[in-house]
Amino acid sequence: MIDWSPIWLTLKLAVISTSILLVLGLPVAYWLSKGHSLIKVILEALFTMPLVLPPTVLGFYLLLAFSPQQGLGKWLLQHFNLQLVFSFEGLVLASVIYSLPFMISPVKSALQQLPVSLAHASFTMGKSERETFFKVLLPNIRASLLTATVMTFAHTLGEFGVVLMIGGNIPGLTRVASIAIYNSVENMDYRSANFYSLVLFGFTFILVVAVFIYNKYASKNLPG
Amino acid sequence: MIRIELEKKLNTYQGNYPLHVLLEMETGSLVKISGPSGAGKTTFLKLIAGLMLPDAGRILVDDEIWLDTSSKINLSPQKRKCGFVFQDYALFPNMTVQQQLEYATKDQELIKSLLDFGRLKPFVKHKPLQLSGGQQQRLAILRALAIKPKLLLMDEPFSALDFKTKTNLIEELQILLDKNSISTIIVTHNPQELKGLPGQNLVIGEEESEI
Repeated sequence: MIDWSPIWLTLKLAVISTSILLVLGLPVAYWLSKGHSLIKVILEALFTMPLVLPPTVLGFYLLLAFSPQQGLGKWLLQHFNLQLVFSFEGLVLASVIYSLPFMISPVKSALQQLPVSLAHASFTMGKSERETFFKVLLPNIRASLLTATVMTFAHTLGEFGVVLMIGGNIPGLTRVASIAIYNSVENMDYRSANFYSLVLFGFTFILVVAVFIYNKYASKNLPG
Repeated sequence: MIRIELEKKLNTYQGNYPLHVLLEMETGSLVKISGPSGAGKTTFLKLIAGLMLPDAGRILVDDEIWLDTSSKINLSPQKRKCGFVFQDYALFPNMTVQQQLEYATKDQELIKSLLDFGRLKPFVKHKPLQLSGGQQQRLAILRALAIKPKLLLMDEPFSALDFKTKTNLIEELQILLDKNSISTIIVTHNPQELKGLPGQNLVIGEEESEI
């Protein structure tokens, strides 16, 4: 009997992480797309680190930072009764940090490619920066926004190292599909490993194909 | 009366270049600004609209101070009511003709009269990419007028159009400006193309630009 909980847990993690990244990532990408400063360069480099760092390195530092025995982890436990290590909330936090560049970089690049005159025209029409962002800029980068959202979602589905480091391998709580595959292979249960792998492969393949089709359609109609 | 005095150091590929412009115009009149590429014509318009900050200056439009660097007054572009026709038109690709005008104003009567004047009524559901160059140009002007601007700024509005379209649009623009008495500043790199429009001439790119 196949245990479906790793699949549902993975989807739940991907939906929550992607939603948080949409809320957090869009303003950050917008801020980074405007002008240049040393602080922006440093912060952008920091946000890009998950792309180049081994996931275990990030997982290790998160494990240290949120360990309930010390520092921030101890403070969170004492004041908010929140333990991030070996919990689903910890997985969400790790996923958000790990997938940050997948949301920020494409959105930032797309915003920078829009003519600055679009925002300027909106400002001269009396519109605030917020209204301009939501009504003029975002709709004109919707293809890039969709790509960023899907890539973030797909990336979260496949996380392994960082998730294993901070979440461990607790069935029903932190055992996501990628860890279930590893676990099944360790236990010589190739049938389950094959099932989880096939579900992940099929799901991400359909997502990526859907984005490619949409972008091909969008490129004929709208820029962005 | 509109009085504009602005100073800005421009960074060009030929080095730093001081832009200093003094302009006085009657309300409802037209000023045509010309000068070579890189002289600071577009920068001058952006400074007036509040889209860029000058090093020093003062802008007075019908007794309202938009900018006074000495007393640190600087109205935001949103508060200046300055219609701006950009060189690339800056039409929003995601919006139809109707939506672009509704974004600028909620006054449906005004939108209707602008559409009538600009002969764009049959195209209200079209997006910018579905319009011709001349139609895009007209839409950009109508959208700038939809905010009922105190000052209309036009940056090289005819540079991308063919001769016939350009001639027709200049005639239409003259009728529009005469009818509405809108204070207007038009920038061009080719003063010949605005010969048909009456108004003062100002050349930017000389030591001191002043009228």
